[in-house]
Amino acid sequence: MANLHPNSGDPKVTYEYRRKKHAEEMRMQVITFTMMIFFTVIAFAAVGAGFSKWFIVPFVLLLAVVQVIFQLYYFMHMSHKGHEAPQLFMYSGVIVGFVTILAFVTIIWW
Amino acid sequence: MAAEQKFTPQTWPESPEQATLEGKNKFLGFWFFLGGETVLFASLFATYLALKDSVPSDTHAKAADLFELPLVFLMTMLLLTSSLTSVFAMYHMKNYNFKKMQQWLFITVALGLGFLGCEIYEFNHYYHEFEHKFTSSAFGSAFYTLVGFHGGHVVFGLSWIIALMIRNAKRGLTLYNAPKFYLASLYWHFIDVVWVFIFTVVYLMGMVG
Amino acid sequence: MSTIAHTQKRGFAGTVWEYLTTVDHKKIAILYLLAGGFFFIVGGIEAMMIRIQLAVPNNDFVSAGLFNEIITMHGTTMIFLAAMPLLFAFMNAVMPLQIGARDVAFPFINALGFWLFFFGGLFLNLSWFLGGAPDAGWTSYASLSLASEGHGIDFYALGLQISGFGTLMGGINFLVTIINMRAPGMTYMRMPLFTWTTFVASALILFAFPPLTVGLFMLIFDRMFGSGFFDVAMGGNTIIWEHFFWIFGHPEVYILVLPAFGIFSEIFPTFARKRLFGYSSMVFATVLIGFLGFMVWAHHMFTTGLGPIANAIFAVATMAIAVPTGIKIFNWILTIWGGSIKFTVPMLYAVAFIPSFVMGGVTGVMQAAAPADYQFHDSYFIVAHFHYVIVGGIVLGLLGGAHFYWPLMFGTMLSEKLGKVTFVLFLIGFHLTFFIQHFLGLMGMPRRVWTFLPGQGLDSGNLISSIGAAFMAVGVIIFLVNVVITQVKNVQVGRDPWEDGRTLEWSLPSPTPYYNFKQLPLVRGLDPYWIEKMEGKTEMTPAEPVGDIHMPNNSFVPFVISLGLFIAAFGAMYHADEGKDWAIPVLIIGMIVTFGAMLYRSIKDDHGYHIHKEELLDESGKGGAV
Ligand code: HEM
Ligand SMILES: [Cu+2]
Repeated sequence: MANLHPNSGDPKVTYEYRRKKHAEEMRMQVITFTMMIFFTVIAFAAVGAGFSKWFIVPFVLLLAVVQVIFQLYYFMHMSHKGHEAPQLFMYSGVIVGFVTILAFVTIIWW
Repeated sequence: MAAEQKFTPQTWPESPEQATLEGKNKFLGFWFFLGGETVLFASLFATYLALKDSVPSDTHAKAADLFELPLVFLMTMLLLTSSLTSVFAMYHMKNYNFKKMQQWLFITVALGLGFLGCEIYEFNHYYHEFEHKFTSSAFGSAFYTLVGFHGGHVVFGLSWIIALMIRNAKRGLTLYNAPKFYLASLYWHFIDVVWVFIFTVVYLMGMVG
Repeated sequence: MSTIAHTQKRGFAGTVWEYLTTVDHKKIAILYLLAGGFFFIVGGIEAMMIRIQLAVPNNDFVSAGLFNEIITMHGTTMIFLAAMPLLFAFMNAVMPLQIGARDVAFPFINALGFWLFFFGGLFLNLSWFLGGAPDAGWTSYASLSLASEGHGIDFYALGLQISGFGTLMGGINFLVTIINMRAPGMTYMRMPLFTWTTFVASALILFAFPPLTVGLFMLIFDRMFGSGFFDVAMGGNTIIWEHFFWIFGHPEVYILVLPAFGIFSEIFPTFARKRLFGYSSMVFATVLIGFLGFMVWAHHMFTTGLGPIANAIFAVATMAIAVPTGIKIFNWILTIWGGSIKFTVPMLYAVAFIPSFVMGGVTGVMQAAAPADYQFHDSYFIVAHFHYVIVGGIVLGLLGGAHFYWPLMFGTMLSEKLGKVTFVLFLIGFHLTFFIQHFLGLMGMPRRVWTFLPGQGLDSGNLISSIGAAFMAVGVIIFLVNVVITQVKNVQVGRDPWEDGRTLEWSLPSPTPYYNFKQLPLVRGLDPYWIEKMEGKTEMTPAEPVGDIHMPNNSFVPFVISLGLFIAAFGAMYHADEGKDWAIPVLIIGMIVTFGAMLYRSIKDDHGYHIHKEELLDESGKGGAV
């Protein structure tokens, strides 16, 4: 139980290697965050600028989807190994949810 | 007992949240739970979209009359930033740096409380200025239910994180509590995911009618 | 804190306490079986009252209002409180053993799931004594349910909400168990079909229950907290409830029928003594049914006025489900084909299931044709259809499964002779009751009707139907007698009581040790125990040396968490009544109990305990290795 590193040779080396990997990952996270803020600002700006509704609605929805993908894959580490089952179930949930929303905006009209 | 074992940064495993079987199970189970939550919120969004601006008479306020972008923008920034700070906390968790993890969690909680304060102000404002109530129209019911369920998740998430921080303040990180911290942070990110759709679908799309 | 606590004989109070706090999946299975069986009898009594009322025209055995309450409670009880928990009983009892696991992934959550279900069901049924039961049908369509007076519908909404949380937790627990806890060598494509159907049904639970949760919350808010989701005067829309109910409701019918399919898929190969025909296509069909199950809900709403395009899409999708179902039917038939068949009681149920269920499937496809459904809808034809799938599929599966798994759960064998009597009476009664209802429906008898007039050609059909119901009742009573006799005699059977067991659960000594597997078994293919037996062995080859086994501690917290919600529900229900100032405090107290217990669970460490190697080695002296 003492050593659970996946491919641990010299613990010192793997330790430093891991520290570095974590730090690199952290840089990625900050970049992700910057992009998310950027998308958010654009979305708010598009509405604030008063473009046509036909442009704004798909545009902000697209930005939201991209932003959420960032959040899921980087912040929540879904891009890492060992997330196959979470992915399967998140996608299934998204499909069921999408069909529900689609039905509610199309066949509930009166 | 294995779960109580003391570690050093060197011996701390690469994925502490999944180093034990309990951890693995919790990890998977919690993700599945989030899959179910996705459907739950999708159902709430669906209802909101079906009932948006559906009010009994023209004297009732509609979405475009109510919302104000600056406040929503502020709330969005608070929550997005708190998502990043909880990533920082997990970064230190993986490096076995308990103190820094607690500090970042503290900041996360503070930001979350800020968000909650804004939301309370917002609801209060709608209620008194616009007579926009849970019981005044179907639109009101749908709005407060969707945004309120999210707010309820924020409250629960904050309580959870605070409870974990206090409970473990003295004993530091173990393989027993690492999964708990990890799941709480996943939950917090999920709250943020939902908010992204709320500010887009409810507020931004609400502004353009 | 170890084996001693488990092997000791305890008094009655000790046994009760053990069951109130147990986290052992085998004991939770028994709890589910008892509670589900109890509700099955309650629902059955309600069914008998319906059939007595409808036996002759112009009857007034019960009043019209009471009749509405009875049919509502019959449907709700049977689906949520009988069929689901009984299937959960088998899933708990069998699935972990089938995959070679020592336990489920979340023993604590497993217990919590049971107690939530139990308190939800209790709450719902207390409505009988506290001012009247719900009366808007098990579907509780919103305009009707908002108009219903008294607290009946409140009991429905709150009770189902509580028990629904329990079901959701059970589903997640099974999913993680199947993914993470399989024994070495137990690959996905070696999992027994009952495990597979448990898996898919659990995934359906995960995605189908949230829409129900949302719908129920809206009903609760509308009725008790003044919101306007379904209230047209406030801008609401009553159709929203219908959608949520059926987005949940159609997957729900597959949540019920898939595990029953799974039970039959275990019974056929065992007693045909032949491996399941087309294993991989069975798995594929199960997954496909699960997927399509989410795309068809609006076939319950054809007459709502969704429009021709929506109706057409949902009609085609519905018909498509018949394809994977057909695959399964043919695979079962081909499993029996050329086998060396033993007609035990479980096998009888399995064989009778095929034609019975096919008849329900055929009427299902008829109803899927939207224009034709305008004729069938809300008539007794629908009642016939869903009873053919529910009784002909699920209940036959439950009865067959009860006989089949009885030795696994209790170490005793139900009498085959009495079993056959039950089988014959029940099968005859079932077809007698429901076959004629197709024609009653086509002749215009509406569903959920309190009584009918003489001389409209409905008299003899209804009488026949009621006589059939009596047959079923007698069959069930004989089954209960069988249970009592068997348990009183208490003749213990040994390992592999059916002699033809194929899967891991039969490789264990009887009664199953509380840690299940002393050494995890090595799985070398589909039907692993059969493989070993064919090589002349009587036990599985172990995959590990004997070592310490980690076990979870019992806990009373699941009971307390559920009790808190039960208390809170009374507060929520009565707070709008005049002069009931105690209601809000009760709501708050209940919530404090629940969240307090959750907090306690969260901050109080619980590492479980270990059974030591030496104790395990000791025990093997007393018979029962592996
Ligand atoms: C497999 C197990 C099945 C179960 C447990 C089941 C159960 C039910 C239930 C309870 C209803 C009643 C709805 C109401 O309240 O009006 C129903 C209706 C219906 N079922 Fe099934 N069903 C099953 C299979 C099928 C299949 C295989 C099909 C088609 C291929 C089907 C098609 C329909 C349709 C179209 C209706 C709506 C009829 C109407 O309301 O007018 N069902 N089913
Ligand atoms: Cu259906």
